[in-house]
Amino acid sequence: MFKEIKVLKSHGRQYVKNLRTQPVSALFRGRPVISGDITKDEIKTVSAVCPVMAIDGKSGSIDMGRCVFCKECSFLLPEKIRFTNDYRISSNVREALIIKPGSETPVRLDENRVRKEIRRLFKSALKLRQVCAGGDNSCEMELAATGNVNFDLGRYGIEFVASPRHADGIVITGPISENMAEPLEITYKATPSPKIIILAGTDAISGGIFEGSPALNRKFIKENHIDLFVPGNPIHPLTFINGILDLLGIK
Amino acid sequence: MNQLYSEIKNNSFPLDLREIQVLKYNVFYDQISDFLKDEAKHCVAYYGLETSANLKFYCCIADDNNNSIIVFAHEINKDKPVLKSLTPVCSQLHIFEREIHENFGVEFEGHPWLKPVRYSHDRSDKSKIMDNYSFYEIESEELHEVGVGPIHAGVIEPGHFRFICNGEKVLHLEIQFGYQHRGIEKLFIEKNDALQRCVLSESIAGDTSVGHALAHSQLIESLADIQVSEALQIERCIALEMERLAIHIGDTAALCGDVAYQLGQVVCEALRTTIINTTQFWCGNRFGKGLIRPGGSNYTLSNNIVDEMLRVLDDTGRRYSEVTDLIYYLPSVLGRFDDIGILTRQQALSLGAVGMTARTCGILRDIRKTHPFQYYKNYPVRSVILETGDVLARGMERNLEARESVKIIRELIKIWRQKIKDIKKPVYDYNLKPNSFAISMVEGWRGEICHSAITDNNGNIAHYKVKDPSMHNWMALALTVRNQEISDFPVCNKSFNLSYCGNDL
Repeated sequence: MFKEIKVLKSHGRQYVKNLRTQPVSALFRGRPVISGDITKDEIKTVSAVCPVMAIDGKSGSIDMGRCVFCKECSFLLPEKIRFTNDYRISSNVREALIIKPGSETPVRLDENRVRKEIRRLFKSALKLRQVCAGGDNSCEMELAATGNVNFDLGRYGIEFVASPRHADGIVITGPISENMAEPLEITYKATPSPKIIILAGTDAISGGIFEGSPALNRKFIKENHIDLFVPGNPIHPLTFINGILDLLGIK
Repeated sequence: MNQLYSEIKNNSFPLDLREIQVLKYNVFYDQISDFLKDEAKHCVAYYGLETSANLKFYCCIADDNNNSIIVFAHEINKDKPVLKSLTPVCSQLHIFEREIHENFGVEFEGHPWLKPVRYSHDRSDKSKIMDNYSFYEIESEELHEVGVGPIHAGVIEPGHFRFICNGEKVLHLEIQFGYQHRGIEKLFIEKNDALQRCVLSESIAGDTSVGHALAHSQLIESLADIQVSEALQIERCIALEMERLAIHIGDTAALCGDVAYQLGQVVCEALRTTIINTTQFWCGNRFGKGLIRPGGSNYTLSNNIVDEMLRVLDDTGRRYSEVTDLIYYLPSVLGRFDDIGILTRQQALSLGAVGMTARTCGILRDIRKTHPFQYYKNYPVRSVILETGDVLARGMERNLEARESVKIIRELIKIWRQKIKDIKKPVYDYNLKPNSFAISMVEGWRGEICHSAITDNNGNIAHYKVKDPSMHNWMALALTVRNQEISDFPVCNKSFNLSYCGNDL
């Protein structure tokens, strides 16, 4: 009994009070900012080093849906490209993940393009089925962490469930391996409508470093409407949480 | 007479391909079966590659007593290859022969279990598909089968488990892999870019980003003859121990969760957060992605980071000791761990088990000690060896290793403070030594990670082989659940926490 009390006392309160404004360390690699005066030659240099072709060779914009957040472009050109620790980088619009030179505006959802039934039905309770389709287990661990004692996403009635039959949508991680394409399809079909699809992590959004591998099958992504894109390598729990809260219209 | 094999040290100058004797298979067979009788030797890699008309094979045996890796080679004609299986005499080779069979269609005569390992996209027999895997069957009206997966109840990776049960008792478990296959090994060859390879190595198994990235960087440094400073070696060891610490604490939480001990689960989850947040404070990523690069580092330690690390370690270390003292004292927890899911020493040896799984069966397999790399060459670690091989032992192993990691990091920081901080920037424009064979091993938190590469005439990577410790250890899980209640499967599984993507590549 005394041991338990001692442990509880040391444990204290661990939960993050405000999931919207919780600070993260300065070095966290979140939304990039590219200087408006980046030159053509500089763009050429950085787009050539990018391991995942996330930097457009013409415009110099960075696509967070492809970016693996290795920060090598910034190491090369620290005055022109920096990665801020802004973790609120989820969006329901794929194009919103593309950061243009000179842009400092935060990434947000396009309110008009959120499907009406999502907020009407899921605002006070959202159950999700996670499907790992070639994910490397880092995004999966971060998704699991959203429900832990620190982030406690359950406080909003949002949680992961075991069966797709009990779920309101699926969260996909990984680049979608060929061998998982069918189980993913079956899971999605087993989820009752209306249902949402969330892509968690760069691998899921674009294939990431695996893009073009013959062992992938990304048909599902092309054929279905995606409700939320959550970039990261892996996603930060706060990126996921803020994206979901925005999608559901929770302030 | 020339020597039948070549010897190489972990993470050392590569071997010249032309100097590796290519044996006749019967000579190879005798040599391997003789070598592997010794408990201090085990197979770390055995793989094949295609040359123009032939299949050439390399087999690497770690000699733990002499800190060396013994490399054998043999070659056969590509046309309808048939070989006498070594598995009946050295069962630890079962998985390697299965992999060779899947990749190249080599028939291993006498192998009891030549089933697909991962359904790789370039497998030799495309008629073998995930749906027609031939599970072991027992015909009886008394028995029933339980199929689980590929998608599991939790937020975890996919794999299919097929149990044969008598009532609640498990008689047999077979695990089908391949769902996670992303074609990693081929990508290492196709992506002829240093940075792409780094990112790829970090994605082999994201929970072991540091371990695999280090194995890759070491391999490149061997092939490109790049020396790194002692300060960097220490920082890499610290990163690896931080990874071990975070996972061991997280797994303690998961083990508690599986036996419905909520206090232990919640407290350990919070403690893991403090460790991975410290890694993030250091390099901007909670899993240490971006931290390990060949030749140098983008994220060198500073006094500021080290001070924060020490502060967290003091606090988290104390709280972890406090909570584990409680967990491993409670009868309700011990009752679910003690004597459950036993892997015997003999089983572990015959499977070629590595890492913490081997160490819980009284076998000293710890690459940090037996084939030291980075600063472990100068800093001898104290390996935790337990004997009972049950869930309790694997839980305790985590508990004790986590405490040990805290000590190691503290001591390494002390040494680091005295070193000149001559850490260079990462090297991406390296030239690899042509016609070479190199091997690199790292003791990740699961155990022995092995990356091995062969270069061609022009110094390009012609073949790249990745081995995650899970490849050896999955069979251990399958064996431990035999004669257990099926309800004990989750806690058995969690006690190993093996990697699906590390196996499927």
